[in-house]
Amino acid sequence: MRDFDYARPASLAEARRFAAEPGAMLLAGGTTLLDLAKCGVAAPVKVIDITHLEGLDAITFGAAGVHIGALAKMSHVAADAAIRENFPAVSEALWQAASAQLRNMATIGGNLLQRTRCAYFRDPLAFPACNKRDPGSGCAALGGITRNHAVLGTSKVCIATNPGDLAVVLSAFDAVVHLGERRIATDDFFLLPGMTPEREHALEPGEVITAVTIPASAAARRSTYLKVRDRQSYEFAAASAAVGMELEPDGKTIRDLRVALGGVATKPWRARDVEKALIGKPLEPEAVREASLLAMTGAAAQGDNHYKIDLAPRVVTRAIMKVGGLA
Amino acid sequence: MSKSLTLKLAVNGASHELTVEPRVTLLDALREHLGFTGSKKGCDQGQCGACTVHVDGERVLACLTLAAQVEGRAVTTIEGLTPEGADLHPVQAAFLAQDAFQCGYCTPGQIMSAVACIKEGHAGSDAEIREYMSGNLCRCGAYPHIVAAVREAKEVMS
Repeated sequence: MRDFDYARPASLAEARRFAAEPGAMLLAGGTTLLDLAKCGVAAPVKVIDITHLEGLDAITFGAAGVHIGALAKMSHVAADAAIRENFPAVSEALWQAASAQLRNMATIGGNLLQRTRCAYFRDPLAFPACNKRDPGSGCAALGGITRNHAVLGTSKVCIATNPGDLAVVLSAFDAVVHLGERRIATDDFFLLPGMTPEREHALEPGEVITAVTIPASAAARRSTYLKVRDRQSYEFAAASAAVGMELEPDGKTIRDLRVALGGVATKPWRARDVEKALIGKPLEPEAVREASLLAMTGAAAQGDNHYKIDLAPRVVTRAIMKVGGLA
Repeated sequence: MSKSLTLKLAVNGASHELTVEPRVTLLDALREHLGFTGSKKGCDQGQCGACTVHVDGERVLACLTLAAQVEGRAVTTIEGLTPEGADLHPVQAAFLAQDAFQCGYCTPGQIMSAVACIKEGHAGSDAEIREYMSGNLCRCGAYPHIVAAVREAKEVMS
C-alpha cells in the first residue's frame, strides 16, 4: 500500500473541500478503500477520514419513510427493530452481506460505493488490461474466466458485476441517495458501464453521500431479499432478488410488486418488466414463473456465466412466492 | 517525514503514544509498534478474521482499519480480554475444553469474534453460530469443535 496524507475534517463542509482535491478519497468503514489500496488498485494521495463526523449515523423514521445517515453501520441498520418491521428486505440484505466484523465497520454510504469483485480488476500486476481501472487499456475478463461476471447491462468494454446487496433493495423500493442538498434516485445514482466503465456512479468530485432515504410502502413492509451463492455464508451473490408485494383486499390479486436483481448485472437491476407483467394479476405460481423470465430480457452470457440466465429467474420466482406466502 | 502521525491509542485500558505513517493499519500498529502480537495477520485483506479485535466493544478487522481511525476509541485485543493474572475468559476456557483448534493461528481471532457473537445474542443455535462466525476462517477445519466451544461458552456466560 502506497503511503498517503491523512486528514480528519472537523465538518462536512471541510470534508467536501478536501474531497475535491485531486487524488483525495473519503474513508468511512475502510473495507473497500484499504482492501483496494493493498491490491494496488486504489492509490489515494490523501485519505479523508470522515468517521469522526458527528450526526451522520442516525436512523430516523417519519411518516414518509426512513432516513438512514450515511455513516450508519451495516450491522446497526440490519438490527434496527423498525427497519426489520417496515423494510425486512433491507435487514435481510445487510445481514447476508460480508461478515459480522465487516458489517460492524462498513457504512451505508460506503456500501453503495463498493467496487466490483471482478478478479481482473482486483489484480493489476497480473492483468494490466482493465478499462475500469485504466480507461482504454482493454478488458482481461472478455474471453477470460467469467463465472462471476454480469449478463445484464454489459458493454463491449466492461462486464464487471456490481456486487452490492443493499443497493438492490434500494433500487426495488425507489430509495433516494442524498449528496447533501442534491438528491438522486438509486437507479440514476448507479451508471451503466457503456464506454466509460471507470465512472460507476453520479457522485461528482467534492460530493459526499450524507444519507439514504427509503419511502415507506406496503410492498416494502412485505418484502424479502433472497441471495443464492456458492457458499452458504460470507459470499457474494451468484444471483439475488429483492422483492416486495402488496395484495388487494381479496388477498390474491397483486396490487403492487417490486423486483430487483443482484449478482447478475453491472448495476443494481430493477426488473420492471416482471413487475408490469404481474401487477393486477392473481398471484399464481405458473404466472409468476413465466413473468420471472422477463427479468432476463436482453441478457447475454459471456461464457462461464451462462448459468446465471437460468438461475436468476428461479431466484425471482422463489422470492415472489415467498413474500406471497406460496413458498 | 511530513507523512507521520503521532497518535494516542487506548489499547486494553492503557494509553499508548506512537508515531506512524498514515497508512499503518491498526493490526500493524498493535503487532509491530505496541507488541500486542496476539492479533494475527492471516490474509491482511479482510477475508480470514485472524486479526479480529474489539473497537468500542464491537468486533472489527484490524487489518482493514487504519491506526489513525481508532484514536479516541477503546481497542481490546486478546491480551486484554481478561485482567492480567485473572482466570481465563469463559470463551478461552471453552476453546480449551472443546479442543477447538489445531495449529492455533486463527484462535485469537476466533475467540475475539466468539466473545462478540455471544454478546450480540447471535449464538442461539449451532446454525446461528456458524452464520455469525463465518468471518473467521480455520484452515485446519476445526469448525465442529469451534461451534461446540461457542455453544458451551454461551451456556456458561448466560
